[in-house]
Amino acid sequence: MASATSPPREREAGSGAGPARAGAPPEKSEQEFQADFDAAVAADERIEPRDWMPDAYRATLVRQIAQHAHSEIIGMQPEANWITRAPSLRRKAILMAKVQDEAGHGLYLYGAAETLGADREELLDKLHSGRQKYSSIFNYPTLTWADVGAIGWLVDGAAITNQVPLCRCSYGPYARAMVRVCKEESFHQRQGYELLLALSRGTPAQRAMAQDAVDRWWWPSLMMFGPPDEASSHSARSMAWKIKRHSNDELRQRFVDICVPQAESLGLTLPDPELTWNAERGHWDFGPIDWQEFQEILKGNGPCNAQRLEQRRRAHDDGAWVREAAAAHAAKQRSRPVEPPAHQERQPAGAHTAAPRAARSGDR
Amino acid sequence: MTATAPPALALLPPADDALVLSHRLGEWAGHAPVLEEEVALANIALDLLGQARALYAELRDELGSEDEIAYLREERAFRNCQLVEQPNEDFAHTIVRQLYFSAYQLPLHHRLASCVPVAAKAAQETAYHLDHAEQWTLRLGDGTEESHARMQRAADALWRYTGELFEPIEGLDIDWHGLRAEWSGTLTDVFGRAGLTVPDGPGTGAWSAGAGRQGLHTEPFGRMLAEMQHLHRSHPGASW
Repeated sequence: MASATSPPREREAGSGAGPARAGAPPEKSEQEFQADFDAAVAADERIEPRDWMPDAYRATLVRQIAQHAHSEIIGMQPEANWITRAPSLRRKAILMAKVQDEAGHGLYLYGAAETLGADREELLDKLHSGRQKYSSIFNYPTLTWADVGAIGWLVDGAAITNQVPLCRCSYGPYARAMVRVCKEESFHQRQGYELLLALSRGTPAQRAMAQDAVDRWWWPSLMMFGPPDEASSHSARSMAWKIKRHSNDELRQRFVDICVPQAESLGLTLPDPELTWNAERGHWDFGPIDWQEFQEILKGNGPCNAQRLEQRRRAHDDGAWVREAAAAHAAKQRSRPVEPPAHQERQPAGAHTAAPRAARSGDR
Repeated sequence: MTATAPPALALLPPADDALVLSHRLGEWAGHAPVLEEEVALANIALDLLGQARALYAELRDELGSEDEIAYLREERAFRNCQLVEQPNEDFAHTIVRQLYFSAYQLPLHHRLASCVPVAAKAAQETAYHLDHAEQWTLRLGDGTEESHARMQRAADALWRYTGELFEPIEGLDIDWHGLRAEWSGTLTDVFGRAGLTVPDGPGTGAWSAGAGRQGLHTEPFGRMLAEMQHLHRSHPGASW
């Protein structure tokens, strides 16, 4: 993350939309850069990679984007757990496409972090060594097929509630990545809902499976919005920087209000006897969240913390020889004289060269 | 090349090939050596699953719905070749398996394109699969001593499953000798550029294992099917 300490750069108007500047930028003081930055944020302009930004803003973004990227790739595990057992070919195609989308989201997000001077390998090291976190929700196990639906409906639903405001985040590359992520996430959310609907309308065993999954995933989903506002350490500054636009509790309430009628349409019960419509507030009241459970999982004591991290490390370690070989081949290619065209390699595909074709249509 | 559609049951072996290899590739999800390969392997798996479903649709009158065909047949009724059911092992095995298979599937699709509508579209996908496997074969064959050794090991281990690819499938009236020659040409070219040795095997007189087309499979396949079919079979008649 060399550029975290790089000298301040002239702020370039927007993403190159402004008039081109001739010659060297005029000398500016730190205070003037800060004033420009503050004015841009206040005017809802986007901060772009080459713009000057406070070190703490950069560090906050790297931390948040990395955590988000890590959540995407760890989040592949609980759902990939059911790819080989998907009960119909249609569901299997949908699930594989979804898990693939998550890998794609990981790629956009690591890319966004790299625009801030971070390095993907370093960020992965931090994930593997436990120095950076991922969303705690993925430390719960997927025990039945219905969990795939509950994750889509509730976990992706909560993620969308959190992420839609990020499409207006002050940092341009993150905001743009989130536009694409949110579109795909809303597909996933509808697919999850539809999966649960099929189970809810199915046999008694399928119905019970759906209810059990909702019982287990409801409270952890509410925890995805983070601690209550009064206990949230990063919130105030992120709000001022327009990285964050709504408080944890506001978003949580919004999510509950969306889910209650959807649960009713699904014919499933949310496991909270205190859920009641509060006409005065115009919102649903809900029962207390077990924050001790949240804290324990954050500390690493959740049902799957060790397992998720272990699988991630193993995949990385087992793949080390592949990455080394790809790098060695690329280095040899660079040092070799140009070969005659008779056996020219076809269009490269695969690691670090070409992204395979983008998101699949599958069954969407 | 024939312009008249083959009998539907002749499409079962290629359909099962696609389903089974798709399943094996799906097992990589969350385990790939680099994030780009999570996307690439899933892409190939999805293409193959799409091909299998399109071919099963042609078999509806004979064998029932796609899910009945995939989930309710016993191991002995599957007509896929043994190559595609082989476990993923390391990334080298997965790449070599894909190279052997895609180098066969591409000329097969070209030959079927005039009479099996799905084959024309599938050929475009398969060209990409072959390209992906070829590029990785070049990287890994050339990369490091370890990657070279792993690739040669995988190439040798899987070679014995390639012989049955060229046993004519009843009802598919195509030029099997030409297909085999094309396959051998691709393999010799790619292995040559990757610094790998084409193994001794069917082409050089060694005995070839393989009777998947007759429903005789290898031991790992039964476990694969057990996992794949378990949930569907646990809820008879349910829809998902």
